[in-house]
Amino acid sequence: MQEYIIRRVLLAIPTLIGAVTLVFLVMRILPGDIASLMLEGSGELGVQADEEQLKELRAQLGVDQPLYVQYVSWLWDAIRFEFGDALWTNRPVWEEFQLRYPISLSILILAMITSLGIALPAGIISAVKQDTWIDYGLRIFTLAGLSIPSFFVAILIILFMLRYYGWTSPLEYEPIWKDPWLNFQRLIFPSLAIGYRLSAIGARITRSSMLEVMREDYVRTARAKGLREQMVIWRHALKNAILPVLTLIGIELLVLFSGVVIVETLFIIPGVGKLLVDSIFRRDYIIVQALVFVFAIFVLLVNLAVDLSYAFFDPRIRLG
Amino acid sequence: MSTENIADQELAGDLFAGRQRRSRLSALLDFARRKPLGAAGGLILLLFVCVAIFAPAIDRYDPLETDPFNALQGPSWEHYLGTDNFGRDMYSRIINGAILSMYVGLTATAVGAIVGSILGLSSAFFRGWVDLLLQRWLDVMFIFPGLILALTIVTVLQGSTLIYTLGFGSFYWGNLNVIVIAIAIPIVPGTARVIRSVALAVMSTQYMDASIAVDARPLRRIFRHLMPNCAALFIVYSTAQIGSVILTESSLTFLGIGVAPEIASWGRMLSVEGMRYFEAHPYLAIFPGIAISAAVFGTNLFGDALRDVLDPRLRGSERR
Repeated sequence: MQEYIIRRVLLAIPTLIGAVTLVFLVMRILPGDIASLMLEGSGELGVQADEEQLKELRAQLGVDQPLYVQYVSWLWDAIRFEFGDALWTNRPVWEEFQLRYPISLSILILAMITSLGIALPAGIISAVKQDTWIDYGLRIFTLAGLSIPSFFVAILIILFMLRYYGWTSPLEYEPIWKDPWLNFQRLIFPSLAIGYRLSAIGARITRSSMLEVMREDYVRTARAKGLREQMVIWRHALKNAILPVLTLIGIELLVLFSGVVIVETLFIIPGVGKLLVDSIFRRDYIIVQALVFVFAIFVLLVNLAVDLSYAFFDPRIRLG
Repeated sequence: MSTENIADQELAGDLFAGRQRRSRLSALLDFARRKPLGAAGGLILLLFVCVAIFAPAIDRYDPLETDPFNALQGPSWEHYLGTDNFGRDMYSRIINGAILSMYVGLTATAVGAIVGSILGLSSAFFRGWVDLLLQRWLDVMFIFPGLILALTIVTVLQGSTLIYTLGFGSFYWGNLNVIVIAIAIPIVPGTARVIRSVALAVMSTQYMDASIAVDARPLRRIFRHLMPNCAALFIVYSTAQIGSVILTESSLTFLGIGVAPEIASWGRMLSVEGMRYFEAHPYLAIFPGIAISAAVFGTNLFGDALRDVLDPRLRGSERR
């Protein structure tokens, strides 16, 4: 097990360096001057920027240096999480991030809880009652979840709540430890909007994983020795079906981030996703590259944690 | 193996392995009879593609033509789906929005899946350091959330002069092709993984050994033996991606990133700017939302059925 853990952790290091490189490539390798792009805007709409300003910005971005110098300094900055100052607010990017990440993290966790809360029971019931009307109903529900964009779900929720309950989402935001009820009101609907799509993915994986396990010999053996059906499902089937679902958490995170960007924009929640979209519109590439990198690192860490948790759930790894 | 599975595989063989026992048409009819939902999904997709192709013929107004005197009119015989806050005909806008969604949905999937397959096939064929490098690089791409990677690529590409080159001189098509590239890139790693795993299995079969024994050239081995045996999976996997590609495209346009405002897109019709009209005129949100959901739902149904028929192995594995 130790060897497995060490190997996983070591494997994460080249991925980390790769992520730094990828962000660098995407942001720098394209033709055109990033400084004039930031100041002038794209194409026809652009205004002529002052040559002095351009030079200053190039120096600030470090793009007046040769490429390899830029790469090394970006690598060094990225590893220390020193991303420089945001152009718009002149505050360090890290500070901007710290202000906002608790909000996005709460949405993330709430969405994860709602989605797993729906996905696991739905997937298990669907598998146990395979080819009954419950199964069909649940499958249509999940397939719909995969098809309806989260922003449409969110808009429908907003319209529904407004029309039938006269409820509008509060505009202010308080952290959970100050005003839990307000916090919950503000975040529950965005989380539901993303959670629905996630639960659809989760339920499908749980269902197929359960179906596969239910056909195994050991489940038949469990039934043959006269165990109650509940016991068979909970102790023998579910325990073995849970591994692929665990992997799901890592995959879900990718979907979640995309969802967070969207619902934060829609519900006007001052989180990290909104910061990303706003920065794109303001052409603040310093923030954009920092955020993309931070998102990737977060996914990397969660995937690593999921991989490591295998070591505890899967006896083949634990004892191997 | 149940009889149904065997029948499924026979159908799969008929559909495209070139077995001429039955004609393609009767195989298609067989598919429609055995998988009615899948066939319905295929028809929905076909319908949307036709709408996109014939959009200029079937729309009733210019989707950009504003008419302030007839703004925010509900559905009527004049305007089937009503008009928006600028008095633009919603029916025509939705019809024209299909061009963007279908073009991006199909091309981005094709580009991403083809590039991914080339990487996956080379990984399995060459093994060694090619495999190692490619796999490590894919690990890196995997940790970037799809929408966020696409967002960043669109932002960078749009600002550069490349936009005209990509559209072969046309701003409109350049705009569309930027989205195609941005969405195609995040598809690459998943496809490459899946294709690689099958290609590895094919590489260890006896007929591949035999092809070495008769001294077949590498190109012949790839094109004659390896590729045809990975084709089923390629089709299944890429079809399954179309839905999520359309969703990503609509998310980008929803955020207002990716296309110029003058290009009709479903996502943009649901964007935050329209939010304040939705309350009094919910149809403004509901029709474009239904258009996106229906297109994606149809594709998902079709993809699911294709997967059941062509590749029973994939039933348990899903991403995103």
